[in-house]
Parts: sequence; structure tokens; C-alpha cells
Amino acid sequence: MELAAIQTRVGAVHPDALVPTDEGAAYLSMTPEHWADVAQLLRSDEELRFNVLMCLTGYDRGPGEPLGVAYNLHSMDKLHKLEVRIEVPRDGGKIPSVAQIWRTAEWHEREAYDLFGITFVGHPDLRRILLPEDWEGYPLRKDYKEPDYYRGIPVPKDKRGWE
Amino acid sequence: MTTKAEVVKNFGVVQTEEMVLNMGPQHPSTHGVLRLKIRTDGEIVSSIEPHIGYLHRCFEKHCENLSYEQVIPFTDRCDYLASMANNHIYSMAVEKMLGIEVSEKVEYIRVIMTELQRIASHLLAVGTFGLDVGGITPFTYCFRDRERVLDLFEYTCGARLLYNYIWVGGLSHDLPLNFRQYAQEFIDYFEPKINEYNRILTYNKIFIERTGDVGVLPAEVAISYGCSGPVLRGSGVKWDLRRDEPYSIYDRFDFEVITGDGQMGSLGDCWDRYFVRVREMGESVKILRQALAGLPEKGDVQENIPKKIRPPKGEIYFRGESPRGDLGFYIISDGKAKPYRVKMRSPAFSNLSVINEIGAGWMISDIVTILGSLDIVLGEIDR
Repeated sequence: MELAAIQTRVGAVHPDALVPTDEGAAYLSMTPEHWADVAQLLRSDEELRFNVLMCLTGYDRGPGEPLGVAYNLHSMDKLHKLEVRIEVPRDGGKIPSVAQIWRTAEWHEREAYDLFGITFVGHPDLRRILLPEDWEGYPLRKDYKEPDYYRGIPVPKDKRGWE
Repeated sequence: MTTKAEVVKNFGVVQTEEMVLNMGPQHPSTHGVLRLKIRTDGEIVSSIEPHIGYLHRCFEKHCENLSYEQVIPFTDRCDYLASMANNHIYSMAVEKMLGIEVSEKVEYIRVIMTELQRIASHLLAVGTFGLDVGGITPFTYCFRDRERVLDLFEYTCGARLLYNYIWVGGLSHDLPLNFRQYAQEFIDYFEPKINEYNRILTYNKIFIERTGDVGVLPAEVAISYGCSGPVLRGSGVKWDLRRDEPYSIYDRFDFEVITGDGQMGSLGDCWDRYFVRVREMGESVKILRQALAGLPEKGDVQENIPKKIRPPKGEIYFRGESPRGDLGFYIISDGKAKPYRVKMRSPAFSNLSVINEIGAGWMISDIVTILGSLDIVLGEIDR
């Protein structure tokens, strides 16, 4: 199924879920409110059947801009792909978790929470995954400032030879 | 504090309670620095909670401060047992963004290197899996042969583990003198050795007892958890990106997609996952024979390397088959010389997440077997 057909199919069931995208965009943009229902539709609809979540990527549009999550879906039966993007405000952004629909999302959502600070509502166990539990801040945000000390150890900031 | 009266009252009554056991971070069978928090009831494991991140080196943050070509040595260090595959897939993702085509010769050399790497990686997986279940000799056999692959890599690019060989648009070096002959000698030597592994390990009765019917992973669960590579194919799903989404020049080669068939127990047990790897080495030999025969003699391997790498604004998700499964790169470009965001979707990350599902209910010694059969590399899980 092509992107336009998938868009029509989703739009027919959840007309409020879609956000208009730029001309020529290769993805669907959605609101977080309806995402749980739309994800269920994408997973179980007879014509869509997206049974694999290939990748879940958090991203930051820049300081003061929203944070986003990109979902790359694939169907092993129908052999088509789809990219869905959801953007939420920087502070207190919440997206429904899809960990019960695609279990891959369980760890990937934890990673996006860990590095970007996006909260996934309904996640079974939302904790930091790669960083220590007492880490402060979300390092992959573009406005992240490295701390001067971590547990009393000075953080080296000499970047000679880097640039 | 128990009083004397309570001790007397409970005398002779066996009390059991769950025990929390930490396996790792330093443990020979966790294949790196992984900590498994295991809840056990006697010898039986009731739940497993993997704690990862001990090897986190901020790969994705580093990428945002480096130019596109400087990222390649960092991809080496993610999955350090399959650096060639990482180089290959990352370079192809950037080439797709730039719209570069590489020459025939470069494509052939890339496939040869990636398949040699697959043999080296599977040999290590097979050898250490034998070690996990208590067989030490097969490990030495596998390392003997892996050494010869590493010698070929050393001869080609000077490095034995972290190559930085496949570049965006080309390669760092052309093939050295007589490489084709040496590679041919290696595969002629190696092909009969697969039977040797089968004799010493695969059909060993004790090995089958330890791995057959243990840690059964149903296909539905594997797909839902995003398992890929030999872990997915061991559960009987015929899915290989080299065949199903052919990239590079894989569509020209004739090879079989190996799946498990449950001949030593149930479909998707540890033995199946192990045996898929053994047979895949044979398929890699098949691809290597065809690639070496078709390798063009003449051609410059650096003619398509761009002077400046500045992909246009946009994003790409590109994935390929690394020895451990679907390795994907999601790259966002803002038109500058450094990538805006690089996300690496590592196969072992998703393969490890299934361990609680298939490991609960088994004994502690079986957890070692199940972990070994997943063939994880912590460098790529923690990034």
C-alpha cells in the first residue's frame, strides 16, 4: 500500500489523528491523543497489518522547538512500510505507549525517555535504560549542558583535537 | 529478631522464599558487561531483568559532533565483532542520502568483506556458545579458523578488529596482491571444517541435552519483540534482508535462507538458533565463491568518494542484515557537514529484550544457554 492510500485508510477511521505535513513528505504526522487507537488500527487492520516496529527514534527539533518521535513500521505480510511522526511540547510532552502493541517499543521507548525526556503514558516500566538512574538531564537534547561534576568526579571538558 | 519460642515452633518446617541473584556485570557467560537481575525460587528462575548501559559511550551524541565520514570509525566500535557490516550499512545509508552510486568492483569487495565478517562473527558465536554449555575444545577449533579470516582482513587493511575499511562512496584501500587467491584458499580450507564443528559439537549428545527444547521462542513472540537475524530464523521465520529487501548486489547471488526446523526438540529452541548460525556459514561460503568469481579485475575503488559530504535536508531509515540481524540507521540531515541526528537500531538490543519472555521458568544454568544462543554484543546494545 502506498503512503496516500494508508493516509486515506487511517483518516477514514480517525479523522482527527492526522496532522497536515509538508508537500512531498514521506511520513504521516499525528497528534499524540489518538496514537494508541491508530497504532492498534495499523497493527490489526486486514489491509495494513504492520506487524513489525523496525525502529523508534526520538529527536529534538532544536532549543525551544518541540521534541518528536519517529516510528518506522513494516509489514512482513503485505511488504509495505510507513513512517509515523508525533511531536510534543518540550516540557511535559506525553505520548501514549505502544509497548503492548509492538513489544519492541518497550525498550526503545525507555531509551527515548532516557535520552530525550519524552514520557510514554501507559508504559509498563518507564525507567532510564542506558544512563545511570541518578543522571540529571536528557543528553541528546540540543540544549543539554554537560555537568561540571558527576558524583564528585570532575568532568573533563578539554576538546582539543575534536574540532 | 526471632524469639526462641518461634524457632522451636517452626523447627522442622522448611521455609522457602524468592532470592534475588545478580549475574554480572563481570561474569564469563554474559559476553561483556551485562547484569541480569534474576529472581529465583530454588534453582528455578521466575523472572529476569537485564540491566544494560555499563558500556554506554554516547555514540549518538558523538555523531552529532562529527562529520559524516568521521562517524565510520565509531560504527566499528559498536558491534566490534562485525565491524565490516556496520561500516557497510552506515556507508550505504549516507550514500542513499547523497544519491551516490558506487562502482561494480566496490560492491563486490564490500560483499566479500561482509560475508567473511559473517563467518568470523558466527565462528565466535558458535565457539563461545560451546564454551557456555561446557565444551572447551570447539572454542579452540573456531578460533583457529576465525584467525585466518582476521589474517585476511589484516592483509587487506592493516587492522584485525576495527577496520574503518568501507567508506562513503568507496573503500579505504584496494585489494592487495593475490587477495583473490588467498581468499579462495581460505574458503576451500574452511568449507569441510563446518562438518568438523558438527561432529564435535552440533550432534554431541550432551550438547543436544543442554540446548534442545530449551528456551523455546515462538515465531509470533519473536516478531513482536523485533528479534531478527538467526534468532528470528531459528524460530522458523524465513526472513533475511539480503533476500527479501536486497541491497548492494545481494540479488545476484544464489543462496538459501536458513531456518530452524526443530529437529532436536521444538521449533525455536536454543539448538535451532545455534544450528542456523552453523549452516549460515556454509551459505556465506556459497556467496563468497560466486563473488570471488565475479570480482572485476580493474577499477579505482576511490573514484566515487565525494570531496565534501553534505546530504540535502531530509531523513532516511536504511537497514541491512548484519550477522546479528537487522541493523538500521536513522539519519536526519539539516544540510550541514555534521549529521543532525543518528540513531542506530541495533539488532542485539531487541534480541536481548526477549530474554525474560523465554528465560522465565528455566533453571539458572539454562539462562546461560539461552543468553549464549541469543549471541549478543554489548558494544552494540549500549552504544
